[in-house]
Amino acid sequence: MPQIEQLAATYSSQIFWLLLIFGLVFFIVGKGMVPKVMDTVALRDKQISDDLAAAEAARNKADAEEAAWRERENANRAEAQALIAKAKAEAAASTEKKLAAAQTGIDARLTEAEARIAEARASAAAEIEEVASEAAADIVKRLAGIEVSAAEARPAVKEAM
Amino acid sequence: MATEAKVDPMHQFTIQPMFGTDHLELLGYNIAITNSTVWMAISALALWAFVFGGMKRQLVPGRWQMAVESFTGLIDDMLEANIGKNGRKYVPYIFSLFMFILFGNILGLLPLGVIGLHPFTFTSHFTVTGILAIISFGIVLIVGFAKHKLHFFSLFVPHGTPVPMIPIIFVVEMISFMVRPFSLGLRLFVAMMAGHVLLEVLSSFVIGSSNAGMQYFAIAGIPSFILMIGICALEILVAGIQAYVFALLTSVYLNDAENLH
Repeated sequence: MPQIEQLAATYSSQIFWLLLIFGLVFFIVGKGMVPKVMDTVALRDKQISDDLAAAEAARNKADAEEAAWRERENANRAEAQALIAKAKAEAAASTEKKLAAAQTGIDARLTEAEARIAEARASAAAEIEEVASEAAADIVKRLAGIEVSAAEARPAVKEAM
Repeated sequence: MATEAKVDPMHQFTIQPMFGTDHLELLGYNIAITNSTVWMAISALALWAFVFGGMKRQLVPGRWQMAVESFTGLIDDMLEANIGKNGRKYVPYIFSLFMFILFGNILGLLPLGVIGLHPFTFTSHFTVTGILAIISFGIVLIVGFAKHKLHFFSLFVPHGTPVPMIPIIFVVEMISFMVRPFSLGLRLFVAMMAGHVLLEVLSSFVIGSSNAGMQYFAIAGIPSFILMIGICALEILVAGIQAYVFALLTSVYLNDAENLH
């Protein structure tokens, strides 16, 4: 086993070079370079957590803004609805008024027309009576030879009509 | 033919001085640049290159950066799970330890013999794993005594120990504590060596049986070769697991030092 056979001859060289080389590794790589590598990792982890926090904050802000917008929107909508309802009510009222006015005009004209019709009917009936009385007096004179005046014939005509 | 069939499964662990530095000395101690040294340097360079590729510091990481960050994240999570928030200051050490062992394990497994190079797994030497274990253990002791002073010895007396049992438990816990660096170093060394020896032995079966003739190759060579493929996959897994276990146990021990119980 060379490890034991050569021990006496090589131990000092092995120990010396190991200490020298491992010492260099420790101071140059371990002390010099590893902390920088770990700093990079720590920096990255910090950046990632910062970015995540910023994203979280931005999302919360967006949520708040959306809620505010929704509230505003709801208010606007309610206002618009109210405006529409008011306009509708106004329009309905004005229509009703106009309708009422038109109705009154129509009613008045109707009564007037009815009155005129009644008058016309009355005058027509009187005229018919007159004509009928004259005709009746004429018929009586011709048939019976009795002179009857139209005024005398009128009650009989009235009765027959 | 006879010499070709002779495969020494232990030869791969031999340390050879390179670049004619056999007698390089420092304060009377030999510090020859060996194949072990070279592979430690290659692992260190590969690790540096790997982490350097992940230092683009982009906000959206590329694949390479992602790979490096997942390794630092693994160590970070492991320390946080075992020690807590206090554990983060050990990330440079545990990361260096884990990655250095991992690169050493995996680079030692590369089939570079095919192109004439000799891969060497420095983690299969207990001088190396032992030193790494002693460093980890030393840090545990230093942190423990610096943080808790002599109160650190209460680590050896678990909560709820009956008073008459305290001396015995103290000794038992003390022994189990002192064994830690050995178990830590030996575990990695043994796991790496065993896997490499097994692969070498099986490959010697393949070579030996093919030299002996077709029928031997069919009986012994092919099954050994198929087994080798499976064991290669297992060894890659072991390379990762042993590096992870070393780092995990170090962080578990550090937890004792940081938080006592």
